[in-house]
Amino acid sequence: MKYHTQSPASTGTSVIGITFNDGVLIASDDLVSYGTLARYRNIPRVLKVNEQTVVGCGGDFADFQHLSKIIEQKQIDEEANNDGFTLTPKALHSWITRVLYNRRSKFDPFWNTWVVGGLQDGKPFLGYVDMLGTAFVDRAVATGYGEMIAKPLLWEAVEKKESITEEEAKDLIAKCMSLLFCRDSRAFPKYRIAKVTKDGSVIEGPFEVNVDWSIAAHVQGYE
Amino acid sequence: MSAIGTGYDLSASQFSPDGRVFQVEYAQKAVENSGTAIALRAKDGVVFAVEKLVTSKLYETGANKRIFNIDRHIGCAVAGLLADARAIVNVANDEAKDYRSQYGTEIPLKYLKDRVAMYMHAYTLYSALRPFGASLLLGSWDKFEGPQLYCLDPSGLSYGYFGISIGKAKQSAKTEIEKISLKDKTCSELIKEAAKIIYIVHDEIKDKSFELELSWVSEATNGRHECVPQEVFDEAEKFAKDALKHDSDSD
Amino acid sequence: MDVSFDRNQSSFDFNTVEACDNVTPEWLEPDSTGTTIMAVEFADGVVIGADSRATRGFYVSNRVSDKVNHVSDHIYCCRSGSAADTQAILDTIRYHLSFYEMELGEPALVKVAANLFKEMCYTYRDQLTAGIIVAGWDKRYGGQVYSIPLGGMMVRQSAIAGGSGGTYIYGYIDKFYKPRMTREECIKFVIEGISLAMERDASSGGVIRVAIIDKEGVEKKIIAGGDLPKFHEK
Repeated sequence: MKYHTQSPASTGTSVIGITFNDGVLIASDDLVSYGTLARYRNIPRVLKVNEQTVVGCGGDFADFQHLSKIIEQKQIDEEANNDGFTLTPKALHSWITRVLYNRRSKFDPFWNTWVVGGLQDGKPFLGYVDMLGTAFVDRAVATGYGEMIAKPLLWEAVEKKESITEEEAKDLIAKCMSLLFCRDSRAFPKYRIAKVTKDGSVIEGPFEVNVDWSIAAHVQGYE
Repeated sequence: MSAIGTGYDLSASQFSPDGRVFQVEYAQKAVENSGTAIALRAKDGVVFAVEKLVTSKLYETGANKRIFNIDRHIGCAVAGLLADARAIVNVANDEAKDYRSQYGTEIPLKYLKDRVAMYMHAYTLYSALRPFGASLLLGSWDKFEGPQLYCLDPSGLSYGYFGISIGKAKQSAKTEIEKISLKDKTCSELIKEAAKIIYIVHDEIKDKSFELELSWVSEATNGRHECVPQEVFDEAEKFAKDALKHDSDSD
Repeated sequence: MDVSFDRNQSSFDFNTVEACDNVTPEWLEPDSTGTTIMAVEFADGVVIGADSRATRGFYVSNRVSDKVNHVSDHIYCCRSGSAADTQAILDTIRYHLSFYEMELGEPALVKVAANLFKEMCYTYRDQLTAGIIVAGWDKRYGGQVYSIPLGGMMVRQSAIAGGSGGTYIYGYIDKFYKPRMTREECIKFVIEGISLAMERDASSGGVIRVAIIDKEGVEKKIIAGGDLPKFHEK
């Protein structure tokens, strides 16, 4: 017995990613919602795959966990092979597009949007895959609400200059995460950043969003 | 017909009248034809050392390694027919993978070795199968169980060890291992001893050249099985060569 | 629970009923453990508890049901969702785990048990209605609580509530949960939490059953309906 599609139960909201002059940042908050209930509030949705690859994921968290385990096993296989080759962000991105496209073609999609980032042959790589298998590579990507709210900001910064520094990129992430917290009801004020540079990859945080509520004082009544 | 098996050695599914399975014993002989492999259990981990015989100068260095990773936390050194050994290593890899996906944790070595031993044993039961001509040394370390070391044999038997050697010089290597007080040594001490033993037992006249392989899994590697770092390798090799030189000087 | 029979053969006119209110008649609904379940880690173990009401629509089909169930010697679980589904899952996992423990010759880790539940809940997520909490004690990691909600994800939490009643007491847990409570503090915390939910949630009620699991083993308690804290009389 199978219904038309599955539907997500426990979900995470936006993931945003940006490339900078010598690396990549991917950020997402620590919340897994259960409907509108903010049920699990200490769960990172960015994942370190290896020293040059990280991923972030929004949407159904069970699907994310399931695919994470498969990706982790792929990485263990690579380590066991010990032949000097490893999963690269480009390869992993491509793999995820196939897996997601396959499942949507069975009308039973993995209900996720993925961001894959890292260093590909020493250059920053950032890719996006959605639940239909739609995929692209770009200098800045965002999923879910982030696509509407954060992406314009990310793009403004990326388009203006040839390249930006890590610090500029981090400030921008902080700004985007705060904005998302203000305008996305499923967002959470605690977030993490997965970073890849030539020194390897790390998950940093949790960081707290910084929101200015002073405008509240200027609002009185409803007219 | 030669007198050795007197007809009872053609199949693994038939006993000889005095209760032996010759095919299994021949498989054990195959292991004894290979270069020596040893594993030592330190107080903080397990070290592996392999004498990889190089039968031609035309081979690339580093080809056909005999130390493997089974999972992140389990190392394996083999002796015997390398192709057979690789097939078993693959089975062990799959076993570790299945356990991880089913139970969400790393496979305990105690369980893995039983499963792999069972698989090897199955190949000693049927007329259509040939037992594996390979032995495996399996080792791991974790903070709950400490160091663990097992040896699997073509018969499908497995034992836990403090120190073990397999391959052509297993007897003399065993004698050397017994001289060391393993229980109060650390991995960084034992890696040198392991290298030294390989150098001591190597038969320069019969087998001209060999490559030394060294690996460990210990508290210091955070329970991961890894090839030893280059500087540790160089130091261990130097220690082994020096010891050998002193030996021959005193002769 | 799959209730299958030929509607045309039945003398009952389903069409009339469905036309009237578009609802399946109450007695045809599967038994559902609309429930309050809760589990909390304390310093040396874990407390797991649940109410005892099982409902079929408005009808209380069982007022003393046992939703705190044995999985293995040091592992218990709480079920919410379809009674049939969760019982079937539990039976399967209990069998699997007992076999696993024989093979390994030692008690299973709580994480291993939780992972088995998760695998099943995730694989059959489209067919199952099951929200499960797995709690227990093992000698490696002490007391642990794992939450496996509807879609089949799994996450370790130090304190969690579930079921229909669980939603009413998230605020209570957030405010009053303390890490490393004593055994007595933890029992009180769980009983008060479930009582609060039972007072507000129509699908929860009856008695409270708790199990306290630590290295000594399992202690089970029943707090009768009359002996529960009465917050509404404050």
